Amino acid sequence: MNFQGYRRPEGSVGIRNYTLILPTVICACETASRIAARVKGTVTLTHQHGCAQIGQDMEQTFRTLAGIGCNPNVAATLIIGLGCETIGAEKILKAIEREGKPTEMLNIQDEHGTRRTIGKGVAIANRMAKSAIKMKREQCDASELVVGLECGGSDVTSGITANPALGVASDMIIKEGGTTILSETTELIGAEHMIAKRASTPRVGNRIYEIVKRMEQKIKAMGVDFIGGQPTPGNIKGGLTTIEEKSLGCIFKAGAAQIKQVLEYGEKPSEKGLVIMDTPGHDVESITGMIAGGAQLIAFTTGQGTPVGSAVAPVIKITGNPRTYLNMRENIDVNAGTIIYGKETIEQVGKRIFNEIIKVASGKRTKAESLGYHEFAINRIGPTL
Amino acid sequence: MVLHSRDNVAIALTDIEAGTLVRVKVGDQNIELIVKQQIPFAHKFAIGNIEEGQPVYRYGEIIGRAVKPIRVGQHVHTHNLESVRGKAGQQQ
Repeated sequence: MNFQGYRRPEGSVGIRNYTLILPTVICACETASRIAARVKGTVTLTHQHGCAQIGQDMEQTFRTLAGIGCNPNVAATLIIGLGCETIGAEKILKAIEREGKPTEMLNIQDEHGTRRTIGKGVAIANRMAKSAIKMKREQCDASELVVGLECGGSDVTSGITANPALGVASDMIIKEGGTTILSETTELIGAEHMIAKRASTPRVGNRIYEIVKRMEQKIKAMGVDFIGGQPTPGNIKGGLTTIEEKSLGCIFKAGAAQIKQVLEYGEKPSEKGLVIMDTPGHDVESITGMIAGGAQLIAFTTGQGTPVGSAVAPVIKITGNPRTYLNMRENIDVNAGTIIYGKETIEQVGKRIFNEIIKVASGKRTKAESLGYHEFAINRIGPTL
Repeated sequence: MVLHSRDNVAIALTDIEAGTLVRVKVGDQNIELIVKQQIPFAHKFAIGNIEEGQPVYRYGEIIGRAVKPIRVGQHVHTHNLESVRGKAGQQQ
């Protein structure tokens, strides 16, 4: 199976062609947004991190910011730094430059403030965007696809319709030689034994138990029940009672393939096939991690409906709840609600999801893209100093 | 809808009024039961009696345990089913 993508200098394939204005730190976000607002073809991300962070937490934020710049959907990156932050612009520049893509930086303090940074930034971004527009889509093999699997706003239909159907699509991508990422470690709690059975090596199996234990310990360190946080009040209203029940439904979106690798948050897979990334159940933090790890596209099942999108990667919304499809049609791309009425099988809907993934990879806009949803959130694992 | 022959709860595919006679398929068997309480769409009800402390099965896997006796046809949710994994201060 082929799709029409953008071939990048380092060999990866993008399905979108953005110029990214990347703020290193919260203090540079407003300036980055003003540059992006003035230049067509650019996107930006607003976040509250990049400073007063240490150790693995700082490394994770750095890996995420650099990873977003390295995402194949990004043609060129202009980094906007403040100048005195923990995660400096130069460090991010070096990491992205290694991918062979045009990357430049400006520090607000070096440019003597807002006006000159914006002026210079707009000029650089214009040049980058004009050059990116010249790139044309060409035929690429589906084995180049890296698809992040996500579920959010789950209800009882998620585990019996949309997630198993996405599992069929995930298996089809893997059969084509592509990669899919299962995430949301919180939603492996109670289902880790079923997932670990599918590990390609004992080491991968042990890593699965390790990340679940690590997540569970972090939660229990709070000393309170995690009901209300997981499952969420909305999950409970939708009929899901416990985290085990949510998890068992959640893992169906990873189909039946073998698990090749367990990744840290924002880490790029080195294996093809099905991999797991250690992310929280928080939808936006989870998809941000997978996009930083190189996912060009997110396939997102939602029982109750959510508008969430990303500035860098298209997000395809799939619901297995026919009422949600009727209520939130403007936000949902694929109706898997036919399964519950016996009108279509899980396999038939899985094939439809796969076809939608190929179409979106070739340029079809998702509902979240059309509506301009650009959520972005970096998962934190340490204190703000 | 029952997903596995080991399951002791079923999923309502529509809103079900209290007193409705429903037929559920468990493995190769058909079970008929009266739903005792109103069950909202996509919520669970017991297809057999579940004693306090007993595991509740869905997908053939444990999703938690009954915190009070649950009778056939009753709504199964946060009032009578709790997580084994999501409790504070518990050791695995």
